[in-house]
Amino acid sequence: MSTLDFSTTIGNTWFPAPTFTASGCASSGRELAQFFPLREMGGVVTKSVMSKARNGRPTPRMAETPSGMLNSIGLQGPGIDAFIAKDIPYLVEQKARIIVSIAGETVEEYSTLARKLRSVSGLSAIEVNISCPNVENRGLVFACDPEASRRVVDGVRRTIGGELPIIAKLSPDVTDLVSIARGVVDSGADGLALINTVLGMVINVDTMRPHLGGKTGGLSGPAIRPIAVRAVYQVHAALPNIPILGMGGVASGKDALEMILAGASGVSIGTASFGNPTAIMKIQNELKQLLMDRSFTSLKQAIGYAHRPEAENTHA
Amino acid sequence: MSQINRNAQQLLAPIISNKKVGNYQQIIINVGDLAATCKPGNFVAINVGGDSSSMVLRRAFAISRVTVSSTFGGTMELIVAPHGQGSRWLCAQGEGVVLDIVAPLGTAFGIPTEPVPVLLVGGGYGSAPLFGLAEVLNARGCRVDMLLGASTASKIYAPMEGKRAVNSMRIYTEDGSMGQTGRVTDPIAEIIKDLDIAVVYSCGPMPMLSAITKITNSLAVVHQCAVEEAMACGIGVCMTCVLPVENDDGSISMLRSCIDGPVMDGAKVQWDQVGKQL
Repeated sequence: MSTLDFSTTIGNTWFPAPTFTASGCASSGRELAQFFPLREMGGVVTKSVMSKARNGRPTPRMAETPSGMLNSIGLQGPGIDAFIAKDIPYLVEQKARIIVSIAGETVEEYSTLARKLRSVSGLSAIEVNISCPNVENRGLVFACDPEASRRVVDGVRRTIGGELPIIAKLSPDVTDLVSIARGVVDSGADGLALINTVLGMVINVDTMRPHLGGKTGGLSGPAIRPIAVRAVYQVHAALPNIPILGMGGVASGKDALEMILAGASGVSIGTASFGNPTAIMKIQNELKQLLMDRSFTSLKQAIGYAHRPEAENTHA
Repeated sequence: MSQINRNAQQLLAPIISNKKVGNYQQIIINVGDLAATCKPGNFVAINVGGDSSSMVLRRAFAISRVTVSSTFGGTMELIVAPHGQGSRWLCAQGEGVVLDIVAPLGTAFGIPTEPVPVLLVGGGYGSAPLFGLAEVLNARGCRVDMLLGASTASKIYAPMEGKRAVNSMRIYTEDGSMGQTGRVTDPIAEIIKDLDIAVVYSCGPMPMLSAITKITNSLAVVHQCAVEEAMACGIGVCMTCVLPVENDDGSISMLRSCIDGPVMDGAKVQWDQVGKQL
């Protein structure tokens, strides 16, 4: 029986497994903890938290689509203070590794959020979500604007850089993803989360209006997986030393392996958990087996393996 | 909060019977010991479409009744309307097909500590879980009266054996094809006064729940209703199935109908705000 080193690192943080929740897909963590111990996965990426409590968008907030779904939640959440007071202690108590995802309406809001998190112990990394599609003003999707993306990450870096790895979550809805990625890395991002949902719409043919209360929503699930794999592959090719959390429709160990081979150091699982509360455990076990079947002795050997030169057919 | 869905389990459960009952399908699943943890009001989330399905989300169904020790061990009964792609798939599955289920989920109907008179109101197949509830209330010594309503006779779900646990059952259809012509909400105020009803339990479409709340609020009667919102996960992680609900301090929060419901206090739900930006 071969052994496998399943661990991964993002920035200077070590994780025993490369499997994470995707932000917005694990709520407070308590809900999934009913089905498996949270410490058994690589880490929990929390729902993106903002400065103030927020009600989010009106219903309907969801539409199932072929091999996917649209959501339009609009960052409903308790606000950073309640989050730090109630949700973080729970996750710490569960011995989960915690990546806190933050979202803001302004560059300053991101810095403020990072400042509040500075004094919180037990965190593994910060995800800077600059790509939530469900905001009123598309102009506020920082990740669609290279300059705004850089300013947000720069502000967070000045506040918390060097203390916790900063992971910038980017949108696939851009013309040149690599240049946006390069910009945030230059500004101090230690890692990248690729990809957020893809902006979409469903029209209800009975009411003959957009189905979602927020009209547009973010498409997730296996329907967007090839987009995510492409994004991870392109960015890894350009920035091979930057760790990537790959996500977008990962529903099996095979899907996770695709992300790893494309260049991801870890995978986040979102929509698959909606359909199967134990999806992360299943994916983790399947991924381990697939790596061993291919004679990898560590996860790290497989990261970006799809980029190897033509002449090289198998790993040593 | 740490008690969220504390009895919930993911289980592979075989169908032991699937038959047509009027416009609906009655599906009975062998769930073993899980049956003992299910309460009236709880729901089950079922994987649909098989392994290669393009339907990525579970479907939520009210658990209409459980039996703890039948010939098959513990069983769960569902009454399903084959309306959408997922429920049509489920209705087409025969005996022996193994379903991937997660249950019991969500809140349950509260049972009064005293044997008070109660009224159960069901709209369409929303009446299904009320029969299991009626049995529990009846066992508690409550006088149980029931009102069922639908647009037309074929949409009424009222099994013969369901009448055993109820003192009276009245049916209303809007087209008059069964029972009395009119809406199920028409007689509620009078019944509450005549029978000194302490709690109204309801399950059905949102406009019906909203209309009942207006009546129960004006008469200061408790209204426990099982709401129905589109859900993606059923376990509280996706935040799609929210409803505006008044908190104890008077503020309004968007609460998840899967975890803070499906059974909610009708008086707290802000029916006028459903679907609006808070």
